[in-house]
Formats: sequence, C-alpha cells, structure tokens
Amino acid sequence: MTGILADSLGLMPPKASTFAPAVDFWFDFTLWVSIFFFVLIIGLMLLFMVKYRRRPGVRAVVTPTHSTALELSWTVIPTILVVIMFWGGFKTYMDQRVMPLDAYEIGVNAKQWAWEFTYPNGIRHPELHVPKDVPVVLTMYSDDVLHSFFIPAFRVKMDVMRGRYTKLWFQATLASPPGQYYPVLCTEYCGTSHSTMTTKCVVHETRAEFEQWLRDADPLKKLTPEQYDEYLRDPSAFIAAHPDIQGLQSPADMGRKLWDSKGCKQCHSIDGKVGTGPSWSGIWGQTHEFSNAPPTAVDENYVKESIVNPRAKALKGYAANAMPTYQGRITDREIDSIIAFIKTLKSGSEAK
Amino acid sequence: MQMADAAHPISHAAVPHGDAHGHGHHPNLEHHFDSLTQQFDAGKLGMWLFLATEVLLFGGLFCAYAIFRRNHPEVFMYAHQYLDTTWGAINTVVLLVSSFTMAWAVTASQRGQRNLTSLLLALTFLGGVGFMVIKAIEYQHKFHDGLMWGTHYDPSKHGHGHGEGHGAAAHGAAAAAGHAAAGDGRGGAAESHAAGAAASAGAAGDHGASAAHPEATTSVHAPETPGQGASAAAADADVPPERAPLEPSQVALAPSGPAGLHVGGHDLHGPRPDNVHWFFGVYFTMTGLHGLHVLAGMAVIGWLFVRSVRGDFSADYFTPVDLGGLYWHLVDLIWIFLFPLLYLIH
Amino acid sequence: MSSLNPAAAGPLVGAPATDNYLTHSRGFWSWAATLDHKRIGVMYLVGIFTMFLVGGLFAVLLRSVLLTPDAAAGGVKTIVDANMYNRFFTLHGAVMVFIVIIPGIPAALGNFVLPLMLGAKDVAFPRLNLCSFYLWLIGTGMALSSLYWGGVDTGWTFYTPYSTKVGSSGAFGGVVPVVAGAFVLGFSSIFTGLNFIVTIHKLRPPGMTWFRMPLFLWGTYATAVIQVLATPVLGITLLLLLAERLLGIGFFDSELGGDPVLFQHFFWFYSHPAVYIMILPAMGVMSELISVFSHKHIFGYKFIAFSSVAIAILGFLVWGHHMFTSGQSELLGVIFSAITFSIAIPSAVKMFNWLTTLYKGSIDFKAPMCYALSFMWIFGIGGLTGLFLGMMGLDQHLHDTYFVVAHFHYVMAGTIFVFFGAIHYWWPKMTGRMYDEGSAVLASILMFIGFNLTFFVQFMMGTRGMPRRYYEYRPEFQMGHVISSIGSYVMLAAVLLLIYTMIRSLRSGRPAPANPWGAGSMEWQCASPPPHDNFKTPPPVVDAYDYESLEWDERVGGYVHRGRRGGPAAAH
Repeated sequence: MTGILADSLGLMPPKASTFAPAVDFWFDFTLWVSIFFFVLIIGLMLLFMVKYRRRPGVRAVVTPTHSTALELSWTVIPTILVVIMFWGGFKTYMDQRVMPLDAYEIGVNAKQWAWEFTYPNGIRHPELHVPKDVPVVLTMYSDDVLHSFFIPAFRVKMDVMRGRYTKLWFQATLASPPGQYYPVLCTEYCGTSHSTMTTKCVVHETRAEFEQWLRDADPLKKLTPEQYDEYLRDPSAFIAAHPDIQGLQSPADMGRKLWDSKGCKQCHSIDGKVGTGPSWSGIWGQTHEFSNAPPTAVDENYVKESIVNPRAKALKGYAANAMPTYQGRITDREIDSIIAFIKTLKSGSEAK
Repeated sequence: MQMADAAHPISHAAVPHGDAHGHGHHPNLEHHFDSLTQQFDAGKLGMWLFLATEVLLFGGLFCAYAIFRRNHPEVFMYAHQYLDTTWGAINTVVLLVSSFTMAWAVTASQRGQRNLTSLLLALTFLGGVGFMVIKAIEYQHKFHDGLMWGTHYDPSKHGHGHGEGHGAAAHGAAAAAGHAAAGDGRGGAAESHAAGAAASAGAAGDHGASAAHPEATTSVHAPETPGQGASAAAADADVPPERAPLEPSQVALAPSGPAGLHVGGHDLHGPRPDNVHWFFGVYFTMTGLHGLHVLAGMAVIGWLFVRSVRGDFSADYFTPVDLGGLYWHLVDLIWIFLFPLLYLIH
Repeated sequence: MSSLNPAAAGPLVGAPATDNYLTHSRGFWSWAATLDHKRIGVMYLVGIFTMFLVGGLFAVLLRSVLLTPDAAAGGVKTIVDANMYNRFFTLHGAVMVFIVIIPGIPAALGNFVLPLMLGAKDVAFPRLNLCSFYLWLIGTGMALSSLYWGGVDTGWTFYTPYSTKVGSSGAFGGVVPVVAGAFVLGFSSIFTGLNFIVTIHKLRPPGMTWFRMPLFLWGTYATAVIQVLATPVLGITLLLLLAERLLGIGFFDSELGGDPVLFQHFFWFYSHPAVYIMILPAMGVMSELISVFSHKHIFGYKFIAFSSVAIAILGFLVWGHHMFTSGQSELLGVIFSAITFSIAIPSAVKMFNWLTTLYKGSIDFKAPMCYALSFMWIFGIGGLTGLFLGMMGLDQHLHDTYFVVAHFHYVMAGTIFVFFGAIHYWWPKMTGRMYDEGSAVLASILMFIGFNLTFFVQFMMGTRGMPRRYYEYRPEFQMGHVISSIGSYVMLAAVLLLIYTMIRSLRSGRPAPANPWGAGSMEWQCASPPPHDNFKTPPPVVDAYDYESLEWDERVGGYVHRGRRGGPAAAH
C-alpha cells in the first residue's frame, strides 16, 4: 500500500528534482481525496439506481426536500479540504518561484522550433546539461512566438516569450543513467513543428563531470590544428565552409554572448547610450583620459586590463570603483572574444 | 422588442409591428406583452443591459489604457501634446448639446409634441454629423503628420505646422542633442527632471535645456513594473532580444547603477520617448470605436426621425425615442471619459 | 433546418389536426423570418447539431492522426502532415466551443423551453432573438470560410503573437475570418443572454415567483448574466487582435512595446466565465432530469439555485488560473488559485443535492436519465481533476498536458451529455413524436463507454508528461493514444445511432402525449407540439417538482393531473 501510495499509482514520471517529492505528495493527497469522493458519490448513485429503480405500482417516497444540516455539512467539509489543497499548492508553488541566489545560471533561447542553451562560458549547445545537486536558474527568452519550457521529471514548467525574460529554477537529484536523458518539451503551441521542439536534459553525477562535458562541448576542441589556424584567419568564412561542425561561432559572436551573459551589458551599452560605464560603441582606437593615469588608446591591452583590473585606470567622468574585477571569472579566450566583439562596434551604429 | 428596434433598425424592416394576431390591443403592443407598461419596462431593462455590455466593451479598452499608461506614463505625457485640445473641447460641447437636444426630444415625444420631437431629433442628428466632421479633420491631421499607430507611426512626416509645432521643435531639438551627446556625463533621473523643469518655461527654454543637458535624452528609466507589464521592447523589428527589458531582479543583481535601457526621460515638452506609437494606437482604437458608436447612434436617430415625421409616436407610445435617447447619452458619456483621458493629461 | 422544415412538418401532425407551432404557417419564409421562439429554437438546434457533427469530424480525424507516434519511431504519419493536424485541432476546438457548446443549451433548448417553462408567450424581444440566430449563422459561416482561406492553425485560444504574426499563410490567412466569426458569435450570445434576462424579469406570469421557477430557469438566468457581462470583453479582445494583425496596432506585440500576456488576460477574462456559460445551463437541465426521472421533488432547491448564482459570480474572478506558468505575478497567481478553489464548493453542493434527490425515488432509466446519470460520473471526474489544476504547484507540472485536455473534456463534454439528454427529454415536446427508447438508451451507453475510453487514459498520459497539441509523440504514449482513438470511434458510432434514432422518430415515432415523462413544469401542460401562442391564458403556477398529483393515464399514453391540489398521494 505504501509502495503504491509513494508512487502516485505509477502516474508520475521519475522524481528527479527537489520539487518532485512535494509535488507528488500533493498530487497523491488530492488523488486520494478525489477517489474517496468519487467512490462515495458514484457508489451511492449506483446503489440508488439499483435499489430505487422504477417498479410497477411503486411510487417514490415523499422525503423532506430540504435539510440545512446536510447542506451545511457538504458545504463545510469540502471547504476545509480545498483550503488544505490550496495551502499545499501555494507552498510548492512558492518554492518553485523563489529563485536561489547562488544558483548556476544557464541562458535558454527558444525559437521555432529548437532550444538553445547558453552556458556561462559562452558555449551554446542544443542540449541542457546540469550537474546533480546544484541549483540551476534558467533565464529564458524567445526569438519569436510563445514557447513553454517543460521537464516532466523535474515538475517544472514556464512560458518563454519575446520581449521579456522569464526564469525557472530546479535542483536535479537523480543523475541520468549513461546514454539516457530527461526529455525537455515545449508545451505552448508554437506552430508546425511544435511537437518536435524537444531536446535532452542530461544530469551529470558530479560537478567535475559536468565541467568536463562543458569543456568538451566547445566545438573548437573538435578542430584539427590546421582547421583551427584556418578558423583564426577568418572565422566567418570557416564557419560558412563547415556547416557540419555544430555550435561554431566567431569570436565576435561569442563576445557578444559574453557581453550579454557576464553582466557587461548592465553598464556598457553597445549603441552609444551612456550607462554606469562608457558605451563600447565606437570606442576601439579612441584615446581615453584618466584621472589617475596618462591618456591611453583603447587597444587589446587596455581592454584586458580594464576587465581584470578595472581600477588601474579611472576614466574621467565615471565613478572610479564602479566595476568589480573579473579576475578569475573569465578566461583569456573569453577576453579575446570580447575584444573581437568591441572591434566590430562601429561608432554610432548598432551592432547586429 | 423596442429594444431590438432601437439597436437594430434593420431587423425592424422584416416584420413590421409584430405578427398582428389581432388581439385588439393598442397597435404598438406586441402580442406577447400584457400591457404597454410591461412592454416599456422590458424595453428599458433590455436597453440598460445592452448599455452595460457597451460599457464593458469600452471597459476592456479603458483597462488597456490604464495598464499601458501605468507602465509608460512618459509616452502619454509626451504624445498627448500632439492632440488638439481646442478641437477636442469643441467636440465635447457639440456632443453635450446634442445630448441636451436628445433629452428634450424624449420629453417632447412623451408630451406628444410631434413636430418639436422631429425638429429636436434632426438637431441631435446634426450634432452627430458635426462631431464626426471634426473628428475627421483631426484624423486627417494625424494621418498627414504620420502620427499613427504601431508600425505606421512615422513622425518624420511631421513638421508642417498645424499648431503642433512646438512638439516638432522639441523633437528636433532632442534628436540634435542626442547626436551631440559626447561620451561625457553620467545620466541620471534627477538631472533629467531638472531639465524638464527648465523646459517647462517654454519652447525656447526647451531647446536650451535639451542642448545644455544632452544626457536628458539618455536618462535611464529602470523598469519599475513588477512582472508582466515590463515589456518595452525595441521599436525596430530586427533589434536583438538582448535589448529587451530586464526583470527587476536582474537589475538588482547588476553590479551597480541603473540598467541602460533606451526608454527616455519624461519631461513634459521634452525629448521623444520610445514607443510613442503606443499612444496613437490607444487613441485611434478608442476614438475609432467610439466614432463607430456615434455613427450607429446617428443611424438610430435618423430612423427615429423618420418614424417621428411619419407620426408613429404619441403620448402613450414613445418607447423607441426613450431607448434611442439612452443609447445616445451613453455614446456621449464615453466621450466625456475619453476627452480628459486622451487630451487633458497632466 | 431542412429536416424539420415544411416537408417534415406535415407528417408530424398528430392524428387530430390541431394547430401547432409547426403547422401554424408554411413555406420557407415562415421559418426564415419567424419570430416564434420555438421555431428559432428548432433552427438553432438543427444548426448547432450539424456543427457538432463538423466539430466531431475534426476530432475523429485528429484522433486518427494520433494513432501512430512519429516517423522516427517507425510509425508512419500517413493521413495528413503536421500543418493539417494543427488545423484539425484548431477547428475542432473553435467549432465546439464557440459554435456548439456555448450556444448549445441556452440558444437551442433555452429558446424553445424558457418561455414555455415560464408561462410566457414568447421571449421579450422576438426580433432580437431572430437577429441572434442570424448572427450565429453568419459567425459560423465566417469561421468555416477560414477553410477556404487556408485554414487556421493557432489553436482555439488564438494566443498572440502566434496569431498576429505567424499562423496560417498571408496577412489575412484563416485567422481573420475565424476571429471575426467568433466576434459575431459573441454578439449572438450577448443578445440571447440579454433576451433571457429581460424575459425572466419582466414576463413571469402572476404567481411565478423567483423561487417557483424551475431550476433550469435559474441555470439559464445565471448563464445569461455571464453572457451579458463577459462576452463584451471577448468582443474587444478579438477586435484588438484583428487590429493587431491587420493594422499592426501593437497592443500585444512585444516588438512594438505591447504585452503578449495582456492578450491572455483579456482572453481568459471571457473564456473562463465561458466555461460556466457552457456548464451552468447543463446543471439546470440536470436538476430537471434527475427530479423528473426519479419522480421525486428536487432536494435543496434554494441551494441549487444560489449555487448557480455563486458559480456565475465566482466564475468571473478565476481567469488567471489558466496562466500559472505564463509569468504573471506570483501574488496574482495566489489570489486566482484561492478563488478557484472556492468555486469547487457550489459545484459539490449541486452534486450532493442531485444525489439526495435520487434517494428513495422511483428511478426510470429512460434515455434522458441515462445521460443525466452519465453526467454525474463525468462531471464528477471533471470537477475533481480541476482540484489538481487549481493547485499552483501541481499546475506547474500538469499545465498544457493531456491532463488538462482530459479535464476540460470531462467538463465540457459533460455539457454535451446533458445536451443530448435534454434533446431526448424535450424531443416529444418539440416534434410531437416519441423516439425509440431502446436504441436511444443504447446510444447513450455507447457514448458513455466511448467517452471514458477516449479521455480517461489521457489523464495518465498527461501526468506522465504528454503535452497537448502534439502531432508526434514518444512511443511510450502510443498505447494510450490508440485506446483514446478507439474510444473516439465508439463515440462516433453512438452519435450515428442517435441520429438514426431521431430520424426514425421523425418518420414513424408514435405521437407524443402532452406529458410523457410525468414532469411538473409548465411546458408539459400545453400540447405536444405546443400551439403557436403557447398559452391562451397562462396556466396556474404550481410547484414544478411536485409529482404527487401526476398519474399515468394509459389512454393518453402519458401523465395527467389528478386534480390540481390533490392531497398527499397514498402509495399505490
């Protein structure tokens, strides 16, 4: 009995996140309450159908047509039960909606009809990989119509739309066995291939295993040394010539992703608007004046220094200590990508 | 039945005066009513219910107005300046006068004053015509200046005068200031408010203020809306999604300072905020739907006029005039709300 | 219209050539321009039933498509491609919701029955009533014309931005005619509701007090209030959607600063109350059927009456429970969830009252009663599974899966069951003919089995994570889909049997007595079919649920009064 009870009569998918036990508990609670009332109502109905079926010469018995006590009891008892259900739903919902602050963040992009996940190192990948027992926050947006992100095994779902970020979090508790995965589904109708807008969610047993996957997911690792040289000479041409290598992107594209995901965009615009920090638009090659250093042209070294040691040079007109250091939070290749991105930002024009 | 007559003059034509089963009652008493009073009461209740549906129809639009104005007050503050308050006020007076003549027509028909009723109905009809003509003039100005909705909003067509010159000047100045903006200065909401205060001195001051404080054009507007309203995405179709607004929580997580969004300042005569087309979307939808209702009301009044001239109404039977009057008052009433909400924003 | 029209009217006249509403006047125009609520009701019924078949055809087609999982898993999708499948479920939903179920009971049966039950000669505004019918016809025509324009594939909910940006081909596509059609249908619904409210307020004969009205009238009244108060919001929503698609006005378009979620709020502000537009009249009919066929006074009259009103009011305040995963604020979600649970109470109250009515009754398993008892089962499941979806935390998992699909079919098809029950119940009154009980009961049992086969398994697929509106699916779900599709074929057979029963009744059914079921409400006191004017003088108002004075009379083949104020009946 407890086995069946704990398993929701086998109706639910595997429990693979921290939400699953609570959601399933309330599912079971509601299920058994429902079964009780259904059996009560239908059982009585069937009993009456047999016992009081019409028989010749037997008329219906005149019984009272009203009973306040009965009416009140079948108003009050269900009321108490639904209050309990509401409380259960409320509690699990708030757990699902309050994002943890120390979570691992992954960007999700939905478009007709594919998912794409952007990891903190700028890698874009069509599959979702997460480490076990680590809270993960997904920040999601859509390129086009509404989509909805759903992982049944985690009991999470959230709509994804254009023009607004939506968030969702979970903490996986059950690593997916080798070669297997949890399905990721789109549940908001989005057109022709809505039903094939699915992908895999792989839960890695350890953080190290996940990090290893993430490093290996870098498509540049798949290139031969000759190919890599070719790529460095002209990234765009190389990408165009090798459509079979998934996920390749030019350094500038990756820089743009990093600008988006690493928080640069909070202060540095790319269209000339003045923010907490200077806009990157048209900045390349300009000479900057500092309150604590001689004027310097914006070049590779200056950009790198500004990222890892932002207080070395305080740009005039901006707060000297507004920017935190990115030392240790960014790799050299990522810095190179950002430099490549800044180079593409011509004065006054918007980067595409 | 009268209800049907009033709201749907066409359906009347099919079968005049019920099925005429010859109950020997008053000729205007439908066969399924016991008395004229019952018939009148039913008609009146029906009309009030119909008016309730009309209020709810517009209620949806008023809700949309409220939501967007709460989320983008600067758009409304800025764009309403393009509306011509004079024409709007004249139109309000025209409608109020027509409401008065309608009310008088109802009284006259109750007293059986047939000629007076016809005259007053004709005047009411003319009021409707006047309103629509003025509305057409206003619309034509907007079309001419490219002050339209959504993707059709193209104020670059603007700048031909039409009494909205100072708006154009402010816009021009703002654009110029935007180009002149050097990478200097830390934009701040407080400063942009100061610029706005200076600007309220007049158009000339506006130029000066904008030029002196270029950061006014780039002042930031951190989305203060919780959750759903915060969708001030870019105006161009091809803007990448990175430029979509952030959730408040993300703003809070930013290292420091406000998020650099492109929603502009909101001084009264100041620079053009983004998504101004919004206001005109609201404006055209609300006044357009109202205009359709005025036209429907005019059709009803025209039909009442014909019946009145024909001598259908008397001191015992004036239900259609009464119900038509109710409808016309509702049309007026909606305008009484639209006028301040669209023209008189402060 | 055709099957009952002049040609059919002839043989329908019973042996005594009395004047009734069918024979009162003849010819096409006597129907097309009629102001008689009974004829308008019959025209609605024919139209709505025809559209039910159209909507059902789409359902059977889409269930057939779902027999095989997907090409990759070895199955072959032979029937149609994904685009066509998307058009099937969209039209199935749009037709069933806007064209069939919403007007089903109120416009077709309500029109026929309401004035008779009330003791009135007609509805308050007969011309408006005819106008409603033509609006229904025009709206239906517009919606169907979308097939010509390339079909519509947005789903019946028309969510933006899909419906304004993509959806079907071209700027016009099939979306515009369907949305415009739904707008017109909305006004048809508003005018019907308005007519009923005024009729109930102003045309009650002396003695017919509010608490003497049969419960069907209470259900219809509560429905009418929702129709009048909610439908205008749908009207404006659809207008804005059209303005968005055709003119690019930018209300719902995030690229123009609009808010796609705003559309969902507007849409559900109508469409959730619309669920109660669908279910309340069915609950009203239920009260009649349960009482009449157990020959027993309805239990808890006032609680049933007020629970209808409570549902109507609360129904306006729960629309956000369709949007627990849409990114609406958490606070809103909590409020909506709380009110959603409160609406479960009046529904439970009704169920228990019906159950108590059966107690010590004399239950007669005629076809209408079979449908009514089926409703207890079906709505029981539909209502209880609503609890799962009202729990916010659980809805995160279940939203937009087959669990939801099964849930709302158990609710809405509950209405269809009652609709069929009501057709059988009032059939003798409408046509003056009895139908064959045997085949009618068989059809109802088949329908019950087919329905449960189709949808019960969908709950299990939903909890396992089968999303709705999927053309292809993972092979693990195939068994469920096959069972579901077989169920739909059983239902198809049941509907065909029902049609056969009805056609046979029209051709050769035995003439119906005035009161074949022993019902106490007023419509059974006039002849079958009723005369053109319903009542020359309104009959005295009695307790509609007092069966003690009714007695079977073999000569008439129906029930007759034993003298109106007869004492308490001793058991025979």
